[in-house]
Amino acid sequence: MKNNSRRGFMGKAFGAVAGVGAVASLYAMKRSWDPLPSVKAAGFTTLDMSAYKENELVTEKWRGKPIFVLKQTADMVKKAEANPKDMERLIKIGNDYFMVCLGLCTHLGCIPGYDSDEKSFLCACHGGMYDFTGDVTKAPPPRGLDIPPFKIDGNKLVLGEEGPEYKKMLENGTTLRA
Amino acid sequence: MAHFTKATSLHDWLNQRLAIDTLRRVLATEYWIPKNINFLWAMGMVLAITFGLLLISGIFLLMYYQPNVNLAFDSVNYTIMQEVGYGWLWRHVHGVAASVVFLIIYIHMFTGIYYGSYKKGREMIWLSGMLLFVAFSAEAFSGYMLPWGQMSYWAGMVITNLFSGGSLHADGLVEWIRGDYVPAQAFLNRFFMLHVLLIPLAILGLIGLHFGALRIPHVNNQDGEEIDFEAEAAKYKAGDKANSKVIAFVNDFMSKDMMVVGIYLIFFFYLVFYHYDFAMDPVNFDPADGLKTPAHIYPEWYFLWSYEILRPFSTNTGLIAFAFAQVIFFALPFLDKSPNAVPASRRGLFKYWFWAMLIDMIILTAMGKVPPEGAFSTIGLYAALTFIGLWIALPFITKTEKKV
Repeated sequence: MKNNSRRGFMGKAFGAVAGVGAVASLYAMKRSWDPLPSVKAAGFTTLDMSAYKENELVTEKWRGKPIFVLKQTADMVKKAEANPKDMERLIKIGNDYFMVCLGLCTHLGCIPGYDSDEKSFLCACHGGMYDFTGDVTKAPPPRGLDIPPFKIDGNKLVLGEEGPEYKKMLENGTTLRA
Repeated sequence: MAHFTKATSLHDWLNQRLAIDTLRRVLATEYWIPKNINFLWAMGMVLAITFGLLLISGIFLLMYYQPNVNLAFDSVNYTIMQEVGYGWLWRHVHGVAASVVFLIIYIHMFTGIYYGSYKKGREMIWLSGMLLFVAFSAEAFSGYMLPWGQMSYWAGMVITNLFSGGSLHADGLVEWIRGDYVPAQAFLNRFFMLHVLLIPLAILGLIGLHFGALRIPHVNNQDGEEIDFEAEAAKYKAGDKANSKVIAFVNDFMSKDMMVVGIYLIFFFYLVFYHYDFAMDPVNFDPADGLKTPAHIYPEWYFLWSYEILRPFSTNTGLIAFAFAQVIFFALPFLDKSPNAVPASRRGLFKYWFWAMLIDMIILTAMGKVPPEGAFSTIGLYAALTFIGLWIALPFITKTEKKV
């Protein structure tokens, strides 16, 4: 009986040591799978916004992901003004309006294609569609194309930094944090 | 200290130290298999042999493969395919076996479902088998990443995106799994590790569990007959082999098993030498490009049925339906409320359930391959709803089943 209680104590003591060790190792393992600091640091891209042409989709790269930049024509802006939700998605630089979005379908991450005649995006994977401001017009995508964090710097746009215009978009639900 | 005597032979020397005679008796010559079975009972051995082929071809591929985003594509498509002597053989054996192994797994599974081999003490065989199915799926997916072609990259993108959980928007989890914002070096390296070490280790352990789970309930038979294995084994050992309902695993059963394996291997190497292209997606012969999605992304044929359950619904519903499809087969022994462990042909409504499920999964597979447009979308949606409906109906139709 005395021996049994001693063994019981030893068992519990080992259990405590092993438990602490297991939790600590799991934490170390989790951290080892985290993105490396070098990967995180390479997360900024600067775009010169004076170089884009109207209604011509240009794909830039930010954090390894495609970024769609589409300068709006006067006609497109007029259409967007009719729908305040669309207008909120556009970024104004000088007197020009731009759609700047993550070029990944919000369904499962394929890259939609742009049809400049129809002025809309089609995702070939599961048939989702978006208009010229990146707002969703046909399911399965649950929401419009995400807008990357940006900061307006004169004629330039810095992707990866959160400027006041981007924070406003987050607040009014125009985009999720991408 | 055991008592050792001077050995009279190498066999005796080993026997004193490792009890090889006892091992052979327990594992082979006195491990009893019912006589009343057919060629479908050889699928386990066919799977074990195919796993062996995957292991051996994988070892040779591993010697030249480079898990680096800049080198991986060429190390497979140039070094292994063009430079290494018979490198093409290992790659084609590996690719064909990875595809065929799922065909055999599905035959093995549906054999078990048809003959009721997942109940009356055989639940652990079914559960360990399902764990093996999950492990093989993870092994197939991680291996598919390694050539770092367009399909590798985009399958990696789409499948890891599933972990964002739709509206839960758990992007942190997805980035943690990838080790980057997109599939890149960290992603390739960790899936390489999973493919060549962690998952194969898990598979080996699970195969041990699967075999062990078979030991006490024994193999089922064509009529679901409950055999008194001890009594039948006694008859066999007494020399009355004709009247005994069982035979020894080795050599009686094994000789038939290996006959089926022989026929299978002829079919297998016919595919390897003349039709390996079915296991090699042409799109994956373009190097990975994160800025260009292939026009039509689809998984390998063995994942199409569950992919088709994901596809016709909106994101959240689709994910829930997909998750349901992934785990529901685990619940089979518990959703089947019937006391009968006999072939489906003698089980009333379950007979129709079995064939409906098999045909539905074939339809889902076919619809998963074609673009999601027009009539195909509609057929896919109804097939997905049928799949879910059949599982909901299972406890009710089996509860009313008469005892046979």
